[in-house]
Amino acid sequence: MRTVITGGRVIDPASQLDTQQSIYINDGKIVAISDHLADFYADLTIDADGMIVCPGLVDLSARLREPGQEHTATIDSETRAAVAGGITTLAVPPDTDPVIDNPAVVELIEDRAKKAGRVMVLTVGALTQKLDGELLAEMAALKQAGCVGVSNGHNAIKNSVVWRRALEYASTLDLTVFINAADPWLQKQGCVHEGTVSARLGLSGIPESAETIAVSRDLLLIEQCGVRAHFHNIASGRAVKMIREAQERGLPVTADVSAHHLHLCEHDLGNYDALSHVLPPLRSVRDREQLQQGLRDGVLQAIASHHQPLDADAKLGPFAETQPGISALETLLPLTLKLVEDDELDLLTALAALTCQPAEILGIDAGQLKIGSSADICIIDPDAHFECQPGKLISAGKNSPFAGWLFRHQAAYTLFQGKLVYQR
Amino acid sequence: MHSNQLTEQGHLRHFLTIEGLKRPLLTEIMDRAEQFSGIGHRQVKKVPLLRGKTIVNLFFENSTRTRSTFELAAKRLSADVMNFNINTSATSKGESLLDTLHNLEAMHTDMFVVRHNQSGAAEFIAQHVAPHVSVINAGDGCHAHPTQAMLDMFTIRRHKQQFADLRVAIVGDILHSRVARSQIQALSTLGVGEIRVIGPQTLLPRDCHTMGVHVYHDMAAGLEDVDVVITLRLQLERMQGALLPSAREYYRCFGLTPEKLRYAKPDAIVMHPGPINRGVEIASSVADGPQSVILEQVTHGIAIRMAVMSMALGSQSDFYEAEA
Repeated sequence: MRTVITGGRVIDPASQLDTQQSIYINDGKIVAISDHLADFYADLTIDADGMIVCPGLVDLSARLREPGQEHTATIDSETRAAVAGGITTLAVPPDTDPVIDNPAVVELIEDRAKKAGRVMVLTVGALTQKLDGELLAEMAALKQAGCVGVSNGHNAIKNSVVWRRALEYASTLDLTVFINAADPWLQKQGCVHEGTVSARLGLSGIPESAETIAVSRDLLLIEQCGVRAHFHNIASGRAVKMIREAQERGLPVTADVSAHHLHLCEHDLGNYDALSHVLPPLRSVRDREQLQQGLRDGVLQAIASHHQPLDADAKLGPFAETQPGISALETLLPLTLKLVEDDELDLLTALAALTCQPAEILGIDAGQLKIGSSADICIIDPDAHFECQPGKLISAGKNSPFAGWLFRHQAAYTLFQGKLVYQR
Repeated sequence: MHSNQLTEQGHLRHFLTIEGLKRPLLTEIMDRAEQFSGIGHRQVKKVPLLRGKTIVNLFFENSTRTRSTFELAAKRLSADVMNFNINTSATSKGESLLDTLHNLEAMHTDMFVVRHNQSGAAEFIAQHVAPHVSVINAGDGCHAHPTQAMLDMFTIRRHKQQFADLRVAIVGDILHSRVARSQIQALSTLGVGEIRVIGPQTLLPRDCHTMGVHVYHDMAAGLEDVDVVITLRLQLERMQGALLPSAREYYRCFGLTPEKLRYAKPDAIVMHPGPINRGVEIASSVADGPQSVILEQVTHGIAIRMAVMSMALGSQSDFYEAEA
């Protein structure tokens, strides 16, 4: 199968390439990026005139609900949603049911993903067995089975001794540790950011210190253990500052932010809008500004979906009783590029945070347009002008707080391993 | 999905929170309550305003006083009343809040009076009821208790005639108090000169000052020259979760005793939303003393609830006119 993408503005953030050329694909791989390639007879020509051609998006954290909650969503349904959002690689956290704490679960997920055949689904293994924070998981076996890192998901390891040993052991195996930083006691107490909105609505608050206490403890142990670590879903400006300092000290630490935390804040809760119920909580306007600044400064290297599809029932109830989470695969790209439209971010930085930088954090060969690499490509229509309608999301989870938002950018075509897996 | 508690004509459709309501409407509620307050002294304690209407008291949380005053208010307006006391264990049988609601709606009810232990529950129900049904919030979690706040305003107005020159202090657990939140909003809307809250930091919301109040941690300073002292009920489960060391220590610092009350103006009135923990937040001699208006508050509760119910169901004519 030979494919050529013509007429597009080709942007490869990794090589700082921004050019008007064609991309030639043969046998699933990029064979040339040039004006013309002699003797190339394409089976498929994609006219990308007026569009942006960039690497397929790499998402650091998306919950697909399989195995364990197939009634909510499946690998098949969610990879369909992913490619509609231009995503060609994604990492799933270990908190499936059963937990990804043994190679059998890794194989199961990889098999299902291969059968779906449209996205590279990578697994992050468990740090502790059943994520219970007590006994270490067999990380060497998990690494051998293909896990790109280890994590304890949202289940904080409370015991500092176990946490230290887990980090040391992961370091021994040269595994990246993915951390959702939250002090379990301060976090469990509330459901929204502790501030003016929680005071007004009478909802119990999660103080900023729930995040900063955990980040500070984690940074000290990371330094001591010499492990490579990545913070997921940073939500407070204060934590950005702490991570910046750690990076300046030379710690091997990276971090990401969700697209929704870059756009929403505590005030978006309005009148108890359960669709804005998310963990970590949406914090203040100031926090949101500092997250955007952290992205511009490179302290936060990636924007992730932190996709959590939910049943409709999960959001029907008084706020505190609803489940946190946002269905975010399909809004990751439009929301990120909305920051470019709003002059908050330049296009190259935005695309890097969605492609080569998350790929580097995962330590995989993806997120780049280079000769010989897998043809995972996203073609973006910069003039799509559409209104977000959660009911029409391809994801099985329709839980998006962005109903009625107007977006300009949208994936028009997605190629995975040279194969056209999505066409708008 | 925003429920608006006002109709397009600006009349009360639901009564969920004081927030967002304007002063003339609050005044109208009190004026109407004033008209109704005479009815309790009549031989026949009924008016036919809501004859043929069905009102459901939907209480997901225990209450005697609030539920019975709502019931009495509805009966004095000649409405038919059903009481549902649903402890949360019944809903945990698998029936969701919405299921419960739609089942009751199927009985052609005109109004739900709702109490629930979760903040935002009344708002949630109002968003999901049929367009002709009104929802009155009888207390949702730590969020709002607007009829309580209005009966308190009514009581203050009876004693002080106006609001502008008043200094009002609210003492106690502001953090968990729906009563305090609604009172603060009502007092601000009615233009009270100064609102103070007094309590330990553990029982005050973060960024409390953004609610438009002056924060005090000391009774002597906080009560100085106030015209109205509102003490809040201290839930005894607050000793858990490290919010307070003991009821005894709370009483020592924040209990309203005759000695502390002397810091207030000599003609200050003392209020409490009930039920009272004597010897915890208030001394018996103050609760039963000459400055206390606590029992009046209960009496006024009926008139205020009659006013709110009749106004909300009265606005249904707006709905039917719009339909026609």
